[in-house]
Amino acid sequence: MNKVYNRIESITGNVITVRANGVQYKELAQINTRFGKSLAQVNKIEGDIVSLQVFAGGQGISTGDEVRFLGHEMRVSFSEDLLGRIFNGSGEPRDKGPALTDNMKPIDGPSVNPTKRILANRMMRTNIPMIDMFNTLVVSQKLPIFSISGEPYNQLLARIAMQAEADVIVLGGMGLKYDDFLYFKDALSKGGALSKTVMFVHTASDPTVECMMIPDMVLAVAEQFALQNKDVLVLLTDMTNFADAMKEIAITQEQVPSNRGYPGDLYSQLASRYEKAVDFADSGSVTVLAVTTMPGDDVTHPVPDNTGYITEGQYYLKGGRIEPFGSLSRLKQNVNGKTRKDHRALMDAMIRLYSSYKETLEKKNMGFSMSRWDEKLLKYGELFESKLMSLSVNLPLEAALDLGWDILADCFQKDETGIKSDLIDEFWPED
Amino acid sequence: MTENKGKVVSINGNLVSVEFDGNVSMNEICYVLVGDTVLKSEVIRIKGNVAQVQVYEMTDGIKCGDEVEFTGDMLSADLGPGLLGQIYDGLQNPLPVLAEQAGWFLERGIYADGLDTEKKWEFTPTANVGDIVRAGEYIGTVPEGPFTHKIFIPFYLLGSYTIKSIADKGEYTIKETIAIIADERGREISVSMSFKWPVKRAVKCYTERLAPVETMETKVRLIDSFFPVAKGGTYCTPGPFGAGKTVLQHTTSKYADVDIVIIAACGERAGEVVETLTEFPELTDPKTGRSLMERTIIICNTSSMPVASREASVYTAVTLAEYYRQMGLHVLMLADSTSRWAQAMREMSGRLEEIPGEEAFPAYLESYIAAFYERAGYVRLPDGSNGSVTIGGTVSPAGGNFEEPVTQATLKVVGAFHGLSRERSDARKYPAIDPLISWSKYNSVIDNAKLEFCKSILHHGDEIGSMMKVVGEEGTTLQDYITYLKSEMLDAVYLQQNSFDLVEANCGEMRQRYVTDKLVYILGSSYAVQSKDDAHSFFNRMRQKFIDWNYTEFESEAFAKAESEIDELYRKGNGKLSAPAEKLLKDGE
Repeated sequence: MNKVYNRIESITGNVITVRANGVQYKELAQINTRFGKSLAQVNKIEGDIVSLQVFAGGQGISTGDEVRFLGHEMRVSFSEDLLGRIFNGSGEPRDKGPALTDNMKPIDGPSVNPTKRILANRMMRTNIPMIDMFNTLVVSQKLPIFSISGEPYNQLLARIAMQAEADVIVLGGMGLKYDDFLYFKDALSKGGALSKTVMFVHTASDPTVECMMIPDMVLAVAEQFALQNKDVLVLLTDMTNFADAMKEIAITQEQVPSNRGYPGDLYSQLASRYEKAVDFADSGSVTVLAVTTMPGDDVTHPVPDNTGYITEGQYYLKGGRIEPFGSLSRLKQNVNGKTRKDHRALMDAMIRLYSSYKETLEKKNMGFSMSRWDEKLLKYGELFESKLMSLSVNLPLEAALDLGWDILADCFQKDETGIKSDLIDEFWPED
Repeated sequence: MTENKGKVVSINGNLVSVEFDGNVSMNEICYVLVGDTVLKSEVIRIKGNVAQVQVYEMTDGIKCGDEVEFTGDMLSADLGPGLLGQIYDGLQNPLPVLAEQAGWFLERGIYADGLDTEKKWEFTPTANVGDIVRAGEYIGTVPEGPFTHKIFIPFYLLGSYTIKSIADKGEYTIKETIAIIADERGREISVSMSFKWPVKRAVKCYTERLAPVETMETKVRLIDSFFPVAKGGTYCTPGPFGAGKTVLQHTTSKYADVDIVIIAACGERAGEVVETLTEFPELTDPKTGRSLMERTIIICNTSSMPVASREASVYTAVTLAEYYRQMGLHVLMLADSTSRWAQAMREMSGRLEEIPGEEAFPAYLESYIAAFYERAGYVRLPDGSNGSVTIGGTVSPAGGNFEEPVTQATLKVVGAFHGLSRERSDARKYPAIDPLISWSKYNSVIDNAKLEFCKSILHHGDEIGSMMKVVGEEGTTLQDYITYLKSEMLDAVYLQQNSFDLVEANCGEMRQRYVTDKLVYILGSSYAVQSKDDAHSFFNRMRQKFIDWNYTEFESEAFAKAESEIDELYRKGNGKLSAPAEKLLKDGE
């Protein structure tokens, strides 16, 4: 019953039009060009003129190429067989494994009924002190990693993938450099996490339309795992490339741009992806960590700005470290009262002292003389940065808290920390 | 219901064009038939025999030629007993009912009645046969939670009617006829306890609209004293992400001195709604002593739900507010965030290929925002009682820049502006309302002259503060330095407020007046301090005493004790009340 057409009416960028009847909105079609087959998706119907965006791009398509409508929307196969596999934005294998066609599930499904969600209240351990201790990641949270090009955000993601306390990892790469793709593959298999990971990867040289499919594929798979009572961690890199792909397609289709060329529905588009983060009542969960590179380190750029309004905080990766200022996990209050009783107080005190250290550092750089208190702060700041902030530190929360006390004891007197006396009595390390 | 049908001729996102015969009206509701599902849609433009409709659901799978049924009705809300405590989506579908029918997800094409049609309500007639009644007048009551819910002659009936019969006291469902009324020509109409009202039309069944003069207490000191909101007034809260807009609204919805709160979570995070849903049933309403949920309605159209119903959600919310106002109740409607609502309009405008205005928002943005806020108001009702709808909207300006179109259009029409600033929230000064840029046209709970006195200290302190950044502490005179410390203290002990502490968060009008007097006394005095270090440590101690005082229950023993400690410190510091402050305190009495 597949309808086949042999005449393409127009080709503009990645969008082609054909005259066809009975075609469904968002239906998939297959195009046979001389370079091979490609999928295409209907994105506009006007009478019998049907516009399709071609996943492989418009290059080389001839007006005489065959367009075969498939009668269904974009889908992704879902089963345990996905684990350890790598796919592209069309859902085709990128590794040497077989194509998967069983149990096809639609992507970009409806949103979860808010009354079926539960309040996020479980910690997700990553063994990275700057996350676990200072801005705890919570199961079902959606957090971007704001960064700039050149920062080791992919290294950070890979480490989180290997260390995080999740049953399944689903990684989506958008506009990934090929080297980074290889790095992820390598790191995950060396770290032994590949067997619980599914990867959907679009590299920078792949067609733009496929980039736009990645988050939906990733999140559809994650949601299915979550419904099977699994805690799923979704890692996306880089959402700015996703937004840029949307911008490119919107402009090709002559949509009115709203802000710096981005389409007016940028917020809704990003939100419908991020909101897939969920903790189901009586089932699993989806937690989303997404790298968002900020063009020109500008947080008011439309992509990070809209993201900030959607997500529950953000991690700032700057100078190879997760900055304690600017980073914020809005949900940490839900969990960090239940970990260890010194967690909150120690976190507050250490951040307060670190902020004093920064002020002192500024004074020092301006050539002011340093008091004894200043010297203490300088020692503290250096220890804090090298022992806790550095991304190479790998410690469980409890060990990180103990280390925090050690650092304090190394630099200060008990009463200089501003921590309540009963906690000091219990946790202050004895020589 | 008309028999009018049409066929789909084009699809672009959630905009579908439909060819029709017969007549179609603007904003009429129609249903697109896709296989077995029907998708609710609204007519937003008509050109010849083609109507363009926005579909409230995802449009995947629609084909050209699919059938469309027009209903003849505009998008309407069900009004009647049973609204309180509900959680609706933007189209007034109760979310718990949808969850029962569809499970985890909000599957498209599943709709449910806004009100429970089975439940029986205890009806007491208040009108008699032969009475002449008009739309918006009530003929009976039913108890709903802590309130007496009035049963109205439907708002859409024009002219006057005579009651032919009315049901006896007893239990009825909302669909049963409880009265038969006849118009001037004798045509009979049966009335039940519920009716529909088109959400985009303001309810105007009141006798008179009055000026909003009565302050609506929010228990937030910075708002009630400095930038107050009146019952029946409007206010907006713009701020960058992370500045605490939602937390502030959340606090307001808990403590505001109103009868009913309607929360429209419009295009924001689902997690925040879950928080309200988890927390509210556990909390008690200080006014009635019952669960806070019984005075609350949540309209929840979070960011991943279809964008067209996001646009409808604020209208649904304000319609429910107007309905309860008609009962002589004071209603607060909170919209979070109006920017998402404006963006929903922008998305549709783009699809309609309208000529874009600033930042691609449609040219009618301002008039739509104005019309929405104008639905607030303090009114006198036909029975002589008063009711009000107060609207508070958050705005999420792109990049935190208040120059953008939505903020600017909103500022033109609201009566109070609570601008949140990144600097204050970064410094953990909550609520992060910037006292130097915010304003209000309503009456404060504290005396105006005292308010001006406090504001002048803030402004003066800010000037000195910025000067000090250049010349350093050394270059500042002791007197200026003291003024600076006073403004810092005012900020720390009065403007900042811990919304997580029960006593501190709930600071009533009486207490605000009492504390302000004390503040005027302390800030309006001079002290025998010799050096900046002395001054610094004196005001530090004073600040600490004051903060301790804030955490004590008003007029309790601890309150008196903490106050006497402040007095003692004042004496130790050799405080001398200045003449202007003395006059201020005297006049205020």
